[in-house]
Amino acid sequence: MEAYTGSGWLLTRLEQLVNWGRKRSPWPLPYGTACCGIEMMCALASGYDMARFGAERPSFSPRQADVLIEAGTITKKMTPILRRIYDQMAEPKWVIAMGACACSGGVFRTYSTLQGIDHVIPVDVYVPGCPPRPEGLLFALLKIMDKIDMEHPLRGEISSLVEGK
Amino acid sequence: MTMDLLKGVSNCLGPLVVASGEFRGDVTVEVPKARIAEVLARLRDDPNLAYDFLVDLFGVDNLDLYEKAAKPKKKTEGEGDAAEEPKPAGPPPPRFEVIYLLLSLSTNRRLHVKVRVPEDDLSVPSVTGLWKAATWPEREVYDMFGIRFPGHPDLRRLLMWDEFPAHPLRKDYPLEGRGEERILRYE
Repeated sequence: MEAYTGSGWLLTRLEQLVNWGRKRSPWPLPYGTACCGIEMMCALASGYDMARFGAERPSFSPRQADVLIEAGTITKKMTPILRRIYDQMAEPKWVIAMGACACSGGVFRTYSTLQGIDHVIPVDVYVPGCPPRPEGLLFALLKIMDKIDMEHPLRGEISSLVEGK
Repeated sequence: MTMDLLKGVSNCLGPLVVASGEFRGDVTVEVPKARIAEVLARLRDDPNLAYDFLVDLFGVDNLDLYEKAAKPKKKTEGEGDAAEEPKPAGPPPPRFEVIYLLLSLSTNRRLHVKVRVPEDDLSVPSVTGLWKAATWPEREVYDMFGIRFPGHPDLRRLLMWDEFPAHPLRKDYPLEGRGEERILRYE
């Protein structure tokens, strides 16, 4: 992005503009199921203030969320609910697996616990820790932003336009 | 004090007490499985005992004791823990137990009531008619051990999902399960 002084012009590529918009407003969907949820609330609240990074509005509807923050243990009984919530989120969407339980099942290597949410949904960033500190979650959000920067949101669209599909 | 308590319970129940024990001030009585509802009703309505509060109800799987008793030739050392278990002579003890923890809110005394459930007859009469608080614990025992409670208004699984094929708190069920998964199906 380049800004020219004087007349208020701003030149950029459309892809970068889209990425810039997405990156600055990753609305999170808080999905706290265990103690990680408490750390997530802490990260969202005024002390750590995740809104600084554009995660302004924790969306409690999956249809208006961009980043699913899965914070906590997922039991096998709950697995279909997690999958359904992920399916309800509109594209583009990203997933943060927060804490040892969400990443791998953690200490709960039992019959009732899902051994990592990546068995069910794709995960973009894994945050280790039991539970991770709020800084860990903020760092994961920054990693999501880096990832958004590297995406080419219009590449498929343009080529399908050219080919007339 | 525990002896007084045991005497009072014996007076109330009479020959219904199959066995009784005391451990660190906690009194346990064992009663026949088929008459558990009658026993608990008597303990609740007795004016001196007044066990009016059902604290909890849970199952126990004595798989180790059961198998040891079934094969008496295999004797192992160090059965110190088994000493507190009253061992009735004769046939091996039934595999499962259901234990009721009672509390009297007026006298602040507690009582454990135990019934033994053999493996070939996994049912205990429900006590939901006496305490509504028994509904969820009975569902949990059904879920975890497969013991049925005839007379229960809604005996479904409490913790695992409905199609779960096993009873996971049984001792012969592996900790990591047998690969059961719950699958999402869209209509």
